[in-house]
Amino acid sequence: MIDSFLASLPIEMFQYGFMRNAFLASVLIAPLFALLGTMAVNNRMAFFSDALGHSAFTGIALGVLLGMDEPLLSMLAFGIFLGLAITKVKNAAPLSSDTVISVFSSTAMALGIVVLTGQGGFAKYSVYLVGDILTVTQGDIALLVIALIVFAIAWGFLYQKLLLVSVNRTLAASRGVRVVLVENIFVVMVAVAVMISIRMIGILMINSLLILPAAAARNVTGSVASYHRMAVLFSLLSSIGGLWMAFAFGTSAGAAMVLSAAVIFFLSYLYGTLRKA
Amino acid sequence: MKIHNSCGLCKIKLEHLSVISEGDVLLEDVNLEFHCGQLTALIGRNGAGKSTLLKAILGQKAYQGNIQFENHLGGKAERPKIGYVPQQLEFDKNMPVTVNDFFTAAATNSKGFRLPIWLKSPDPAPCKEALEKMDCGDLAGKRLGDLSGGELQRVLLALATTPVPDLLILDEPVSGVDATGLDLFYRRVADLLKHYHMAILLVSHDLSLIRRYADKVVLLDKKVVAEGTPLEVFSSTPFQESFGYLFQGGEEE
Repeated sequence: MIDSFLASLPIEMFQYGFMRNAFLASVLIAPLFALLGTMAVNNRMAFFSDALGHSAFTGIALGVLLGMDEPLLSMLAFGIFLGLAITKVKNAAPLSSDTVISVFSSTAMALGIVVLTGQGGFAKYSVYLVGDILTVTQGDIALLVIALIVFAIAWGFLYQKLLLVSVNRTLAASRGVRVVLVENIFVVMVAVAVMISIRMIGILMINSLLILPAAAARNVTGSVASYHRMAVLFSLLSSIGGLWMAFAFGTSAGAAMVLSAAVIFFLSYLYGTLRKA
Repeated sequence: MKIHNSCGLCKIKLEHLSVISEGDVLLEDVNLEFHCGQLTALIGRNGAGKSTLLKAILGQKAYQGNIQFENHLGGKAERPKIGYVPQQLEFDKNMPVTVNDFFTAAATNSKGFRLPIWLKSPDPAPCKEALEKMDCGDLAGKRLGDLSGGELQRVLLALATTPVPDLLILDEPVSGVDATGLDLFYRRVADLLKHYHMAILLVSHDLSLIRRYADKVVLLDKKVVAEGTPLEVFSSTPFQESFGYLFQGGEEE
């Protein structure tokens, strides 16, 4: 239904079935990443989510070793495992968290590349590096719809708790929040969102799509509700803008989306600075 | 204000409480009681285990031994409501969060699904009403990161006492707060104690304030080395070994 509606629009991009699918995927990924991004930026987890993205290499490698055609499951499993492992070590170890993340991230990336190159020919996996949103299937879109619905509902239950934890863990605990559980659920959510979108956006670009719209929204907002609204808006603008660039100039869609998000970031930064001055 | 009748709690009893973290003994065999209607001050040098003790009571630190909440009849009380004012909030000051957002998130987090504050900014009335009691209702619309140290502590105290807790824990609540803010803060704490009969546990380095407000003082150095009234503790030998002679006989200020 939505598909035939899009096709009926007098927009050149929508005359192609693969572009309509890509468009739907983009407008689903955008709010998903915007929601998670607001909290990832609050908690200074940019480096953490970057590590999660890189861990997809090992996820893919595991899938190949296990003889899977589609490594999504192994990517999900490894991403969740790595996210929880980093969080656990970070909370326990006397090392600074960027050191911990760096160790895990490098290991996961190197292991994945070693296995994949050892399997002969890294080239066929290079699609994961920059992503390809034009080959999105109806199945992918259905998965994104489910994820967005589940995550939006979960956000309703979780957000206030996450906010307390990001301000002060002990204070959160004194209000009855199960800090470690809440933190782990959030990590799993980020891992799932990253892994189901990584083949479309690319390992190199995925983290920017999580961080940039929220970072841009911070430049111009002061309350939780407006932060979310602006992050979703910026995320949608950069996704659609990026997709259009990909269509018009034949560039990588993921990279074009991130580039659009970066432009929005600099504009919002300028606007925020001028408004304060 | 009404008397805090709902307080089912009479005392908090710590029995043989020990905390060991990565081979370091942080607390060793601590036995203590904190009573409702009393302000108990915890003092001790840095690293004496004061914050560790608070975290154990808050369930944020694994411990051996017993922490028991007792009601008036000596039986076990339900898990009491605990209000907590942290030492300082080291959060991201650029976070787009208003005082009202933060307050509402804390006051309603346990109520399951509700219209989330990320969809629509929450009604500021309940937050304002609670802040009014600390004379700072006008802060509700400000960004949390824009508050001064004193303003933040007042917001946190207002939050810690909404709803009225059975046990109020103050962990060096006024470090970095100016003299006026300090005075206001402690007058409000004394007020709460008088009206609501809650148990208050205070960690502080400010000995003159402790002498003025505390009913009981506990000197901690991994274990309890002295306890009693402020004057008793301030004149004890362990106190003078820990704090030098700054406060000899409790006379100097």
